[in-house]
Amino acid sequence: MARETPTRWDRRMQQRLAHGEAAALGELYDRFASLVHGLAHRVLGDEDAADRITRDVFTHVWENPDAYDPKQGPLRSWIATLTHRRAVHRLRQTESAALVRSGEGTTEDLERRVRHASAAARADYIVTSMPAPLRAALELAYFQRRDYRQTAVDLGVTEDEARRRLRLGLQLLSTAHDSGTSGTPPGPPGYGRAL
Amino acid sequence: MSGPNPFGNAEQPENPDNPDNPDNPDNRDGSGEPEGAGRSDAAASARIPTPRSSVEDTGRPLPDHVPQPLVLEHRVLKSLLGAWALAACSAEESVAVEEHLGGCGPCAEEALRLRDAVGLLHAEESLDLDPMLRSRVLERCLNRRPPRIPVPEWATPYDAETARLDALLQDIGDSEWHAPIRLRWYEGDDRVSRKTTVAGVLTHLMSVDGLVAVALGLDDPLFGVTPEERRTPESRTETFWKASHFPPTRAVRGPWREQSHAVIRTVSFAADPSGSAGRTRTSGQLSVPYGDFTLPLRDSMLDRAFECWVHAEDIAEAVDYPYEPPSPRHLNRMIDLAARLLPDSLAGRRRAGLAAPARGLVAAGAPGRTLRLEVEGAGGGEWLIALDSPGAVGSAEHEVAHVALDGVEFCRLAAGHVTPEEAAAGQDGDREAIHDVLYATASLSRM
Repeated sequence: MARETPTRWDRRMQQRLAHGEAAALGELYDRFASLVHGLAHRVLGDEDAADRITRDVFTHVWENPDAYDPKQGPLRSWIATLTHRRAVHRLRQTESAALVRSGEGTTEDLERRVRHASAAARADYIVTSMPAPLRAALELAYFQRRDYRQTAVDLGVTEDEARRRLRLGLQLLSTAHDSGTSGTPPGPPGYGRAL
Repeated sequence: MSGPNPFGNAEQPENPDNPDNPDNPDNRDGSGEPEGAGRSDAAASARIPTPRSSVEDTGRPLPDHVPQPLVLEHRVLKSLLGAWALAACSAEESVAVEEHLGGCGPCAEEALRLRDAVGLLHAEESLDLDPMLRSRVLERCLNRRPPRIPVPEWATPYDAETARLDALLQDIGDSEWHAPIRLRWYEGDDRVSRKTTVAGVLTHLMSVDGLVAVALGLDDPLFGVTPEERRTPESRTETFWKASHFPPTRAVRGPWREQSHAVIRTVSFAADPSGSAGRTRTSGQLSVPYGDFTLPLRDSMLDRAFECWVHAEDIAEAVDYPYEPPSPRHLNRMIDLAARLLPDSLAGRRRAGLAAPARGLVAAGAPGRTLRLEVEGAGGGEWLIALDSPGAVGSAEHEVAHVALDGVEFCRLAAGHVTPEEAAAGQDGDREAIHDVLYATASLSRM
């Protein structure tokens, strides 16, 4: 069977969902459930809360398939953005409620925790979405403890290229810290572009 | 993707004073920056980060000599920042980079930023998604917005079981795809087996699912083979295994999943959504030939769901993963299918001389001697099995024997995974009838 290009798959999926095809919803879940659940879990650190976000995100997509605009980017990043917004919103709610209840801590602490959880989730997304050669280089250097010369050998590239990949990979990852507080970009950074 | 940096600041002019704007590494060679030029502001030194402590250093002796400072170009030092932040360059290079950071504001800014980024890396946690979450999420969605094209109720066990197996396969490593598995089933009264691997089992599932695909007008995953080779589940599997020069690998997952999705989609469209209670227009008349027998499409979909679960258990056991039985509702449908197939299986064994002859002729549609099959546990129930002829009707008044066993145990018996002797069954009444029915259940198994 011929593989579809991601864009084509996204558009077809949107059409099928809009058409009310239950089988398409199942396929959507199979493709994105671990992404959605993983991001929500990274933000909220709670299994039940992540289950609920997963449920809400898929319900939203099923009820509003037309809200996705393929011109704005892949379906994957749209769904990641939806998840991120909901999970962060939820975290802020529960943390605020805890703050009011206990009277301990400050709103600054709260915001710091929210920022931290938010960046961690974006970082996860960036790592899973970055070009495979960059991910492979980071994997070797960080998790396998290879230095860049060994990394170059393992990947069959020049040392110069290995250094380039490590640096570029970390540069991509560092954008997870951009919280977008200025409010200009619509949605959290890190999810918006075709990766 | 349009370029190597999807976060795209390539168009922006390089601004060394902006810490959030690391220069584009693609331009790094051509910039010809003078080394250290204009970087003498004292503030820069206060921001020098230290690298992540290197784990490989722990427990090792310190180097004998203090590394001699290297003299490196700015271009090279900058290119080392990633490796430095990851503690993935030589000690000499680290020293050179750190010396450089004291005098170069932009590099110091980037170094700090990259080192912080390293803190965001962590081992991927294998978070097992609750397999039952899928049906809960889907159910809620479909209640909120009823589908125009539903998945027929009789196809949902197949949908759920293939999704469950797919989730298991997603979590297993490359080498585990080659873990050995022994397929077991009954031929007559003989227990037979065949050795393969995890990937081989998935190839088997795909080959046999192909019978359903073909009946639905989809492509046969087996092409370029003789009609005889693609006739039965066993010949299809053996042919598929032989056709490849290499042992099957995880590459089989994609095609298997695509085929199962295509089957679910096609039966959804083939079913008549306006009909009530899952009645179908076209697919109701379809049947799936298995070579030596045929099944109506909906029974065939149940059969494939059952096989998917049984082999998922084989796989889970081989790679040491926990695996739960299907949901009670789906398990109940699978048991029901097996119970409905039992009178035919009994008749087949009788013809082969493996079961006691019928005790009398029963007219088609008339009640005859009956065994009451009581299946306990989630998904259980009671089934009346006609003993003397597939055409006879089971009847409580004609009950001659009673067998009680657990639902999952019954399914394992029907899959050939436990023997009739091993099956923990409570029994009373006609011993011969009980023996024959338990063996007929085991005879439902096949490769």
